[in-house]
Amino acid sequence: MKLLEGSMKQEMMKFFVFAAAVFTAPVFFKGGYIVNVLVFVGIYTILAVALNLLLGLAGQISLGQAAFFGLGAYISGVLTATHGVNPWLAMVISVIAVGIIAFVLGFPILKLKGHYLAMATLGMGIIVYIVFNETIDITGGPSGLSGIPNLSICGVIFNSDMKNYYLVWSFAIVTILLSVNLSQSRIGRALRAIHDSEVAARILGVNVRLLKVHIFTISGIFSALAGSLYAHTVQFISPASFGFNVSIELLTMVIIGGLGSIYGSFLGAAILTLLPELFRSFQDYDIIIYGLVLIVMTMFMPGGLVRGIPLLARSLLAKVKAGLPSERRV
Amino acid sequence: MLKIESITKIFGGLTALQGVSFSIAAGEITGIIGPNGAGKTTLFNIVTGIYDPTSGKIYYGGTDITGFPPEKLARLGMVRTFQGIELFGQMTVLENVMVGLHTKSQSGIIASALKLPTHLREERHIRERATSWLEFAGIAELAHMKAANLPFGKGRLLEIARAMAVEPQIILLDEPAAGLNSRETSDLAVLIKRIKDSGITIALVEHDMELVMGICSRIVVLNLGHKLAEGTPRQIQEDEQVITAYLGEV
Amino acid sequence: MELFEQLLQYTISGLSTGAIYSLIGLGFAIIYNSTSIINFAQGEFVMLGGMLTLFFHITLGLSLPFAIILAIAVATAVGALFERLAISPLKDAEPIILVIITIGGSILIRGVAMLLWGKDTHALPMFSGNEPIILMGAAMMPQSLWIFGITLIIIIANRVFFHHSISGKAMRACSFNRLASRLVGINVKRMILFSFVISSAMGAAAGIIIAPLTMTSYDVGIMLGLKGFCAAIIGGMSAGMGTVAGGLIVGVLESLGAGLVSSGYKDAIAFIILLIILLIRPQGLFGKGEAERV
Repeated sequence: MKLLEGSMKQEMMKFFVFAAAVFTAPVFFKGGYIVNVLVFVGIYTILAVALNLLLGLAGQISLGQAAFFGLGAYISGVLTATHGVNPWLAMVISVIAVGIIAFVLGFPILKLKGHYLAMATLGMGIIVYIVFNETIDITGGPSGLSGIPNLSICGVIFNSDMKNYYLVWSFAIVTILLSVNLSQSRIGRALRAIHDSEVAARILGVNVRLLKVHIFTISGIFSALAGSLYAHTVQFISPASFGFNVSIELLTMVIIGGLGSIYGSFLGAAILTLLPELFRSFQDYDIIIYGLVLIVMTMFMPGGLVRGIPLLARSLLAKVKAGLPSERRV
Repeated sequence: MLKIESITKIFGGLTALQGVSFSIAAGEITGIIGPNGAGKTTLFNIVTGIYDPTSGKIYYGGTDITGFPPEKLARLGMVRTFQGIELFGQMTVLENVMVGLHTKSQSGIIASALKLPTHLREERHIRERATSWLEFAGIAELAHMKAANLPFGKGRLLEIARAMAVEPQIILLDEPAAGLNSRETSDLAVLIKRIKDSGITIALVEHDMELVMGICSRIVVLNLGHKLAEGTPRQIQEDEQVITAYLGEV
Repeated sequence: MELFEQLLQYTISGLSTGAIYSLIGLGFAIIYNSTSIINFAQGEFVMLGGMLTLFFHITLGLSLPFAIILAIAVATAVGALFERLAISPLKDAEPIILVIITIGGSILIRGVAMLLWGKDTHALPMFSGNEPIILMGAAMMPQSLWIFGITLIIIIANRVFFHHSISGKAMRACSFNRLASRLVGINVKRMILFSFVISSAMGAAAGIIIAPLTMTSYDVGIMLGLKGFCAAIIGGMSAGMGTVAGGLIVGVLESLGAGLVSSGYKDAIAFIILLIILLIRPQGLFGKGEAERV
């Protein structure tokens, strides 16, 4: 019993420290350009966490997350820019609609496993992307959709980097909290059980099929939320932001951070969003870097940075200790 | 308690089981033995819902459960262990058993994500129960070890502890002694007897004759997909057909 | 007779691209059969075939046949390297890991291509001129004849190799039962390497013969790879006629759909077919349903 309270307290501490850091960061950065970048870090954190729930926790590969991201963005965007719907209402509609789509698609798609599931989600993502490009009357096609209004609460319009930072990160913090709670709960254990041995999970009474669909739906809902936020902060969206390469970026973020580590997803999102800003020439090499990172991290640091760095530190420390002269050395 | 009626299973060109029928009495330990390839694990897989039989029926406490999926059978009180132990390797020993309590708990996604009080209470309860099952199996001190790092013998015990957490009425053990040394096997025998004493029915597929003859009250012998013989250990040991099947023509 | 000529046109061009999908699909099937891995990077070898030929022929000025041979050789070397460095050390890992590794590999190859050759599309010169052949009112590029011919040769060569040569039979043995193959002395590791070598060579060849018709650039691999995968799925992941048929079916349906319905959705057609097959009949139209042993 003591252990339960102890580890729970630890988790709470971790969360509060993180939340505190998030809320004080802009002040620390004196509201500079980096705050703008951090808004995107927030959005991609939500997306990466959503993928991690599916991939890291439940072990289901999805290469089509960008589809839910895009659907969330376009439904919000079209409803508000073209039809003048209240942005918050549009967000709710968008999230619910994508949730329903994910739920319905989930049943047939999640019957597949491994490579086949990867291909199916990839195909799904590309089809959605093509639809965005072709339904020009609704989405504006490749030239995009502009004029998406900002969100606002009680007269406060979220139209600056600072305000959008707090808007997006409020949602991101909540997403992280819910996801951490979920991953440590009975449901989280059941999902990890599915990841490790589906047949054993079934034998113990876990309704594998339903649970997979549920987590796929939640992942879709979070992704749509990110899409909606993206639409309202950037005010302009085009299919290019929701293509196959985005799904790959998200995958890389999750791998960098560590499969199953919610905070790791934040780390991955932060690294991959900040790097292009820090190294302008990153643009040219970005594909190579993603490829290398995926291969190298999967081969040598499967736990991602979150687990890998402490492990690396520990083994380096052990090597150093072994190298030190000692009377016990034969 | 469990009635297997004329089960036949054909895989493509291979008839794994042909018209196998027998019953497992409640509260007893029933052993299923036979040379390799006799179809024992296939039979288990059919009973526990992993395969569908080509024909035949299975009755559990009077209900026809043929074709029921494993998750449904778990809620009806049937659980099994696997020949090649299927542990949740990346989770700790304790967490493995906690998953066993899945059917004994309710917190859904919303309650879990929001950490509602009902969920917290339930978590504590799950943890306590899981710990006591680890104690039952004698591996409580390994609670926080990663399951994949367990030595094989302890892994077997974990699988049993996890199965017990479901609070089943019947456990099917698939070659639980495989890979165990003689001391581990006798410890296993003691554990199985304790499980039986708590009122649970046990069906056991095994190759270790000493174990089988020692703890089973009834034995069914399969050979090449057919039921060869059925009876008490003494009867089986004296059955000529069984002897021939195992040792060849005398 | 205009509709007929149109249909014939679409069908012929569909068969051309379909033949390419067949070759790519065979590549997927060959690797899958010996390793149970889906090589996400398969499409990139197709890309490499075209791009390398371009590089050797146009940039380095080598003659076309020589450039082609060199391109296939280099692409094959890349495939072998990929297998040695990234696949072989991890062959026992769970599917997710392998999927991610092969995705990483495909991205890496694509990234290097982009770095070396930029993002522009290029056209490889037709093998035998630009004069279309008129067949019953429909125009067919001579390149299509090359495509059909070379595809046929490769398919026959495949069949001969896998069914009538010791190495080929050994590879098939590996796909049926790896342990048993090792027990009879087959060097499974080498067979796996061979399967990658053959698949990358075939992929590169496919990329080369289609490049004059459809242009090539650093990112053609994704789409071609997926469509080739679709062909393999239809064929039940078998390295045989089912996959070939699958490729032709995808090619023709895609071409008819683009011509008759809408060209913008052309790419979507293949993926819709893919999804339908995966969701309704994952063992393929021509594959045999298999029972799985637990």
